[in-house]
Amino acid sequence: MIAWLLEPLQHPFNQRALVAALLIGLTNGYASAFVVLRKSALKVGSLSHALLPGIAVAILVAGLNDWSVFLGSLVAALLIGLGSLAVSRGSRLDQDSALAILYTAAFSGGIILLRRIGVAQEMEGWLFGNIMGLRDSDLWSNFWISCGALGVLTALHRPLLMTLFDAEVAATLGVPVRALNYLLLAVLIVVLISSLQAVGCMLALGLLVTPAATVYLLTDSTNALFWGGSLLGGLASVFAVLAGWWLNIEQGPAIVLVLGIVFLLAFLFSPKYGLLRRPPAPQR
Amino acid sequence: MTHSSHDTCAHCGHHHELRVEDLLVCYREVNALQNVSFATSCGACVALIGPNGAGKSTLLKAIAGLLPIAAGRIWWRGTKVAKWSREIAYLPQRENVDWQFPITVRGVVRMGRYPQAGWWRPFSPADETAIDRAIGLMGLADLADRQISHLSGGQQQRVFLARALAQEAHVLLLDEPFTGLDRNSKSALATTLRHLTEEGRLVIASHHDMETVRDIYDEVLLLNRHAIAFGPVADVFTEAGLSATFGAMAAAAGKEVA
Repeated sequence: MIAWLLEPLQHPFNQRALVAALLIGLTNGYASAFVVLRKSALKVGSLSHALLPGIAVAILVAGLNDWSVFLGSLVAALLIGLGSLAVSRGSRLDQDSALAILYTAAFSGGIILLRRIGVAQEMEGWLFGNIMGLRDSDLWSNFWISCGALGVLTALHRPLLMTLFDAEVAATLGVPVRALNYLLLAVLIVVLISSLQAVGCMLALGLLVTPAATVYLLTDSTNALFWGGSLLGGLASVFAVLAGWWLNIEQGPAIVLVLGIVFLLAFLFSPKYGLLRRPPAPQR
Repeated sequence: MTHSSHDTCAHCGHHHELRVEDLLVCYREVNALQNVSFATSCGACVALIGPNGAGKSTLLKAIAGLLPIAAGRIWWRGTKVAKWSREIAYLPQRENVDWQFPITVRGVVRMGRYPQAGWWRPFSPADETAIDRAIGLMGLADLADRQISHLSGGQQQRVFLARALAQEAHVLLLDEPFTGLDRNSKSALATTLRHLTEEGRLVIASHHDMETVRDIYDEVLLLNRHAIAFGPVADVFTEAGLSATFGAMAAAAGKEVA
């Protein structure tokens, strides 16, 4: 039994997958607190879909390597994010509609392009993740992305939280609200890209929302939201990768599914905000 | 109500003036406010009165430096207000605040020390003292570690006032502070605002409960896209003034439809 449980750990590609799951889970979990507090999960989800056409174009132009995928997907997400802003300002459409139009169109283009230049199997990896296919260099780029994203988010924690709590009050206290909003979105896109290889662009959103959303149902503490989200993201990802081997299921979807199950448990049984244990109504 | 407010400031011994000159604020190519001029000084409690859409919130935000000013000037203590100022605190309407945000009373009040502490410097003992003092002054000491949704309306209003005190703000801009409060909380808040002005602060609040204007405020600005009248409550808050303010709105609305 023990041998069966530990058997997967002997293969180097499995070890890499575990390290990657831990890194990606920790970073996404931490960043997910910002997504939850910003109440912008769907916007981030649109941008995660926008990564795909960027990858396709990058592979077409520069071939498949770490940098082409990273830069291509980053540029695509930025273009579509800023493009939706331009459309909403230049027309009577709201930004969400503009974003939906742009990202679905770009996503479609990306799928057509990827089918032309790659094999179908590879596309499955970009869509739903292929954590077993990671190389050492992927681990290192994940590591540096995690360090960078966590560094920026931690350093700007105070003004970011003020902006998310009340942008107007923050602005009257001298917080550069607009710049921070753009910066936060940029960091979130980078975090999305880091989880691309593990869970793919269809599922990346789950990893970037669920951890802190789950903790949000358990506590009122801001710190717990960030570090708890990070811990939950890391542990759930590692557990899902292991469970994937034991039960022979795909690791990418397993990560998001495990997080979803933990969320459901918190939703039902949270001592403070669970459905089955209503707190007393707040006093008026 | 006497007008000690226009003498010197009890807080600092100076005569600190807030002066708004020919203010024009545009919002989506519409003149949200035009020809707004008035001057008041610390120690006063000023009510902004006008119908919905008259530009009360717009005026507060313009003074707070949140909205671009298309024309005119705002002066505070002889300096032009262009952007934010630590001395000017803005308190949003209660219904516009996300009370579910995972933050405690102390966490909100701490935000007031951001201008001093900056992006990442830990709060100094002086900051912590100011935070504790502000929480104590607003009677929130026992609630300091509560999440802000677990507070009454009056307590929530006091949390934001405490934040302004921690900020050491001189001018407090409040958007509909009395809306949604019960009778006791309203009178408690009125007393609190009175204390704050007696200490030399300038309080400007939008207000829509006509019954309580005389009890709470010293001065009134009647507003309907432009300033209709400004002065002591007794002179301005009159039947004629009010019909000019609220009647003008009806007339303007009729014009827009036609």
